Amino acid sequence: MKRMEIQHLTAIIISSIFVNNFVLARFLGLCPFIGVSKRVDSALGMGMAVIFVMTMASLVTWIIQHYILEVFGIPYLRTITFILTIATLVQFVEMVIQKVSPNLYNALGIYLPLITTNCAVLGAAILNITDELGLIASLVQGFASGVGFTLALILMAGIRQRLEVSHVPKVMDGLPIAFIVAGLMSIAFLGFAGFSF
Amino acid sequence: MMSKLSVFSKGLLAENPVFVLVLGLCPVLAVTTSVENAIGMGVAATFVLVMSNALISLLRNLIPAKIRIPSFIVVIASFVTIVELVMHGYLPKLYEQLGIFVPLIVVNCIILGRAEAFASKNTLLDSILDGLGMGAGFLIALVVIGGSRELLGTNKLMGYQVFDLEGGILGFLHLKPIAIMTLAPGGFLVLGFILALLNWSKTWRKKAEE
Repeated sequence: MKRMEIQHLTAIIISSIFVNNFVLARFLGLCPFIGVSKRVDSALGMGMAVIFVMTMASLVTWIIQHYILEVFGIPYLRTITFILTIATLVQFVEMVIQKVSPNLYNALGIYLPLITTNCAVLGAAILNITDELGLIASLVQGFASGVGFTLALILMAGIRQRLEVSHVPKVMDGLPIAFIVAGLMSIAFLGFAGFSF
Repeated sequence: MMSKLSVFSKGLLAENPVFVLVLGLCPVLAVTTSVENAIGMGVAATFVLVMSNALISLLRNLIPAKIRIPSFIVVIASFVTIVELVMHGYLPKLYEQLGIFVPLIVVNCIILGRAEAFASKNTLLDSILDGLGMGAGFLIALVVIGGSRELLGTNKLMGYQVFDLEGGILGFLHLKPIAIMTLAPGGFLVLGFILALLNWSKTWRKKAEE
């Protein structure tokens, strides 16, 4: 690959994981972020599932956009086709994993259906199109966005596990303190803004 | 059997989708950088919610249980596409501000959640009322958070300056708007404090009843 391309891809990776972190900067994928981040191992499982689905979805939706929607002149059907594609993909992936590796299925199983209505996956697919990226770049952005999501999820889970044994004011207990913590993490990630090659 | 009024009003406060059910969070934090955007998103989401609730309720006896989630998604996605195109054509500035969150209305857990929990099991009128109530609750939540963030972050509401920070007491205190409120962290912090406030009012009300 040319030097410019590698630079471009590295910029995408750094941007998706840190500068424009899906959860802490773009607010995508918040429902599972708040719901699944109570323990580090479930956070890791969810994160792995999301990375996998996001990468596959980036590939399939890119192909659909460029070889079907644009060829037939129906770009406005993007939302419908993308979400149906993602729903089908998740269903298919669930069936395949169940057959091929029951262990992996038991580890990831319950998280996979939750990923369908996750704004993070649809968001990643649409972002690839609006950023006008090529196929390889879209795949890389999808994968890196998933990694960023997983990073935020694991950080949050680690903090919440500690919070459970700390003294929290009663009105703050549960969701309020979780959001304040997320806010503080978001401030930390703001430090990456303006970071460019 | 609930009265018609309570079907509508429960979505406003008692079962407010954002503050009580904690659903549909992604747009809540992303579009509440100003009251104008909050209202735009609230109205768009309410439209999709009411229309899809209505259509799903009409079709509830025809959709086989096994494919109900994909069917709901098709219905919701169609209305979202309509909203997208109308907004793009007639309100381009709002469309640009809301950006990626307009198509993301389709995965708003509130809409799919109400379709699954209510519209697929209730009559047309009840479903429409539920949609209106939940949508109004969503809009209220968005405006409250958006108002707080815009006021604290830029000392403005709907673009009009609120407090005079140059002269008088406020000028003496050298107060400045808290810019971070309009950035990403502000959304998390404001929502966290509002939820804490609601918790506090719940315990205060329980103590008053004792």
